[in-house]
Amino acid sequence: MINIVYVEHDGTERVIEAKPGSSVMLAAVTNGVPGIDADCGGACSCATCHVFVHKEWLDKLEEIGPTEEAMLSLSPDRQNNSRLACQIPVTEDLSGLMVTTPEFQF
Amino acid sequence: MADSLEANPARSKWSMVGKDPYSMPLEKIDLSHPGIWQANEFIPFLKRLRDEDPVHYCSQSAVGPYWSVMKYKDIMEVDTSPEIYSSEPTIGIIDQFEEFTLPSFIAMDPPKHDEQRRIAQPVVAPANLKNLEIIIRERVCKILDGLPIGEKFDWVKNVSIELTTQMLATLFDFPFEDRHKLTYWSDMTTAIPGRGGVADTHEERWAAIQECLEYFQRLWDERAKKSSGFDLVSMLAHGEATKNMPPMEFLGNLLLLIVGGNDTTRNSMSGGVVALNENPAEYEKLRKNTDLIGNMVSEIIRWQTPLAHMRRTATQDTTLRDKNINAGDKVVMWYVSGNRDEDVLERPNDFWIDRPNARQHLSFGFGIHRCMGNRLAEMQLRILWEEIMDRFEFIEVVGKPERVYSSFVKGYTKLPVVIHRKKK
Repeated sequence: MINIVYVEHDGTERVIEAKPGSSVMLAAVTNGVPGIDADCGGACSCATCHVFVHKEWLDKLEEIGPTEEAMLSLSPDRQNNSRLACQIPVTEDLSGLMVTTPEFQF
Repeated sequence: MADSLEANPARSKWSMVGKDPYSMPLEKIDLSHPGIWQANEFIPFLKRLRDEDPVHYCSQSAVGPYWSVMKYKDIMEVDTSPEIYSSEPTIGIIDQFEEFTLPSFIAMDPPKHDEQRRIAQPVVAPANLKNLEIIIRERVCKILDGLPIGEKFDWVKNVSIELTTQMLATLFDFPFEDRHKLTYWSDMTTAIPGRGGVADTHEERWAAIQECLEYFQRLWDERAKKSSGFDLVSMLAHGEATKNMPPMEFLGNLLLLIVGGNDTTRNSMSGGVVALNENPAEYEKLRKNTDLIGNMVSEIIRWQTPLAHMRRTATQDTTLRDKNINAGDKVVMWYVSGNRDEDVLERPNDFWIDRPNARQHLSFGFGIHRCMGNRLAEMQLRILWEEIMDRFEFIEVVGKPERVYSSFVKGYTKLPVVIHRKKK
């Protein structure tokens, strides 16, 4: 069982059981987690699945690819721990992963 | 060449109005000609190309040879590959005359695109929109409350244009009494001279653009001297990447923001009224459940697709589906076709206010050039419909909508309506 923890901007926490091979974006969208729009459906081309990854998990993620970097770099809300949830595949190692969703997706 | 369309006396030579898309040879189909767009006859042409030749080459047209990309997934591929499909030198299907070229970040590739876009972006970012929501709602209410009841009037002029113009004035902190100049400049920027639109000649169009530059130059100078405010002119005048911008680049970026915030939202405001009139069952659904407004806004933007296409230019030889595209070729992504792609959308020609995944339309584009004002546009439309439903039972279309003569700006010049007050 792989659990992903989504923290809303107001602090509300939701634990979702995610399927391996899915993504942190898909797991949210298919389970009705608010705060993620995913307008492009996972093509890394809209930046509306922007999340802040909790520090202790950052090293466990694959590096940011060039397309993700290009999209993130245009976001006025970008932080050091910003990622696009569609670019984080769900794997066993990530069980317990915590991400915070921003107040607005842009 | 910019002029080949209007300089060509044999306008009818290129027009497909009144023709059956299935009785002409595929290679003769030319979506760039404004005729079928103005006549609202484009749907079967798009359908035929999607089915039979989804990456279509038109070798002869008034705007020269170009590729048409028709399917949702292919459009996505082109839009998200800026290194292969460049936005330079222009995103318009018509090549610009050098002396009439205005540089702006919509027609730039990274890194310059990214630098300039970042400056303007915060003004339309959701955090700032929260502040704007109150002003927008006030202005929407004022406009709606001033409309005649039970009397015929033009929705385009009295609501769509007025509201988007007021919004632009707010974003630029533009002198409110002069706000109609913004609409005029915007219309002039996208005008094809001599086609019954706002501009008769190139000189007239260019004079309007010059006037716009001079006006904004004054605003720029004033605001550069003051501390940075939260309007677009001030942001550009103070931003590191933009403060030393050459005048033509300043003007290009300004006009981009004016056109971007004008034609598009304006035509979605009119489009929603048209769509609901053509689909009375959906209108009834909306009356019964106004919580659907948010989703309906996305569906309106899909259904209308206020900008029918964007153009890219291939930087290298490449392949799309089975077609070999050469470096330098013009590649046109028909968002309006992708938004009706049967492979991605259920019942794509239907206007369906509770459509699932309505947000996944192509009207804002995808990738680094994705529409910057998308959240502002959605907010304006949402507020407009919330306030409409609060007041009016029915906005009845009482005459034939008149459409823009353009294959780019997909919208309305006239929409006669009569408003019926809400039954108490």
